[in-house]
Amino acid sequence: MSVPQQRPRSASGSPGFLKRSQPRYGEKVIKVLLVAAALVSVLTTVGIVIALVPPTSDFFGEVGLGEFLTGTEWSALFNPPEFGVLPLVGATLLITLIALVVAVPLGLGAAIYLSEYASSRTRTVFKPVLEVLAGIPTVVYGFFALKAITPFLRDNWWFDQPPQIFNALSAGFVMGIMIIPTVASLSEDAMAAVPHALRDGAFALGSSRMQVSTRVVFPAALSGIVAAVVLGISRAIGETMIVAIAAGLRPQLSWNPLEGMQTMTAFIAAAGIGDVPVGSTGYKTIFAVGSLLFVMTLVMNLISIRLVRKYREVYE
Amino acid sequence: MASSVLEHDAPPGVPRLKGRGTPWRERFFRLSLWTSLAVGVIFLAGLLIYVVYEAWPRLDSRIWTNFPDIIDPTNAGAQSAIMGTIWVIAFTALYCLPTGILAAIYLEEYADPERWWNKLIEINIQNLAAVPSIVYGILGLGVISRGLGFGQTVLTASLTLSLLVLPIVIIASREAIRAVPQSIRQASLALGATQWQTIRLQVLPAAVPGMATGSILALSRAIGEAAPLLLLGGLTFITFNPTGVQSQFTVLPIQIFNWISQSRAEFVSLASAAIVILLVILLAMNSLAIWLRNRYARRW
Repeated sequence: MSVPQQRPRSASGSPGFLKRSQPRYGEKVIKVLLVAAALVSVLTTVGIVIALVPPTSDFFGEVGLGEFLTGTEWSALFNPPEFGVLPLVGATLLITLIALVVAVPLGLGAAIYLSEYASSRTRTVFKPVLEVLAGIPTVVYGFFALKAITPFLRDNWWFDQPPQIFNALSAGFVMGIMIIPTVASLSEDAMAAVPHALRDGAFALGSSRMQVSTRVVFPAALSGIVAAVVLGISRAIGETMIVAIAAGLRPQLSWNPLEGMQTMTAFIAAAGIGDVPVGSTGYKTIFAVGSLLFVMTLVMNLISIRLVRKYREVYE
Repeated sequence: MASSVLEHDAPPGVPRLKGRGTPWRERFFRLSLWTSLAVGVIFLAGLLIYVVYEAWPRLDSRIWTNFPDIIDPTNAGAQSAIMGTIWVIAFTALYCLPTGILAAIYLEEYADPERWWNKLIEINIQNLAAVPSIVYGILGLGVISRGLGFGQTVLTASLTLSLLVLPIVIIASREAIRAVPQSIRQASLALGATQWQTIRLQVLPAAVPGMATGSILALSRAIGEAAPLLLLGGLTFITFNPTGVQSQFTVLPIQIFNWISQSRAEFVSLASAAIVILLVILLAMNSLAIWLRNRYARRW
């Protein structure tokens, strides 16, 4: 670098290169642009609320809130219409439950294996498998549930009554496999955040690897694991294509997983496909059920976000 | 392990320090952990084999040279759906990648995390990442399609999908930016660069591989998404390629859903063939992302 022989001097006589720099308007413009981009995400939430609230309040002008939340018959798009949402909620909860029975043990087992047992080479093999599992489109999962899992169950059923062609069991099982990566990767993050000193201490006291995993790492990572499960529940409640394809479109309040049933999301999809006249009560049910779905998943998500914060605060 | 040394080399009379071997509980626990991973692997393998097996009779050029045909499934193809997917995803990328990356720069480089509005943006993004995709469909239907009057077009679909994957782009880009060490920024600022010069010339070049990986994964999520587009008229029977953003459209997942709903057996192999095309596209994108991550990942 060349050093200038004659230092430029400003009017006040102080060296020019120390003078206060000119205001840089470009920097300000850029910052405004960046803030605007960040606000798009806030506007998305505002947009969701704007899309949901007015048609929903119109809907409740026509149908009582009590009738909606406690009615046990749902035939919103037929004549005479019935607007009891319980069959849709029941189907959603039953299928979510089946999915959790599959995903929680398998997801946690995979997470403990990857975090506590696997060598780094095993991890580089299995982690991409989980990523691919997470990346498969849900329409493909639905196809597999309907055309492969259900026929397999029907052919090899060893009780008296085989599952119907559309049934909650196949849909729930495949959905469970779908959310394994969600449960596994978040709980593995939580377990990885547990300090090594805790493990070393337990090993030094003579614990086996299983004791360290189940009695030290698992309790220490519990809030993160619960967060992972709650996020899994949220994904299961909101999943659309698997249930629309494999669980059928017949709304009914039943706890028999071998029968077909319609979830909240499947109803929204079916109503969206069908030519429901804009402005009719049937059209507004899309938004009313959508609001219920949004509120349910919002509660789950906020619980999950809070729990993740908690373990981050403790260990990071 | 060291226990074998104790077992064989210890002089007689010395108490043995070795335990009673690995208890069966330990073996069983390890085996069940291993099984839970194996179930996922077996399921994935079963799914891939089943789809390819079903698709085999239809895995030829007809799938991308011909158009959907409801009367003659043996000669039907998915060209309008493949072209529709390309159109929709290209515009989705155009909308969501710049927005997501700029938002990530703001949140990582400018935002004070203690301010309530920044906390709000943060929680908001985490929640949006887990909002069901069909709710985005309702947003697209109520606000973009009807409210803004864009109708059932490529434009509506790509705007809806870009809002859907925006949180993923933001979260991935933030991680990439956060991985650039603070010392690089401090060195740049100490040499007299402004904050934006530091970001543009130091932080962003170092974060590009991570951002690219995250962006590709976000777009592959958008390619596979069907639920929101069901509400946006994606299921209309379309036998032409899109000609612009105002054009009607169909996409691969929607076309697959349409074919699954048909009862004739020919449609099963047709749907499987379209699934194979979709999975090949997604696997190619995933591999590219993983390759980018491994090739350009930098340990500081």
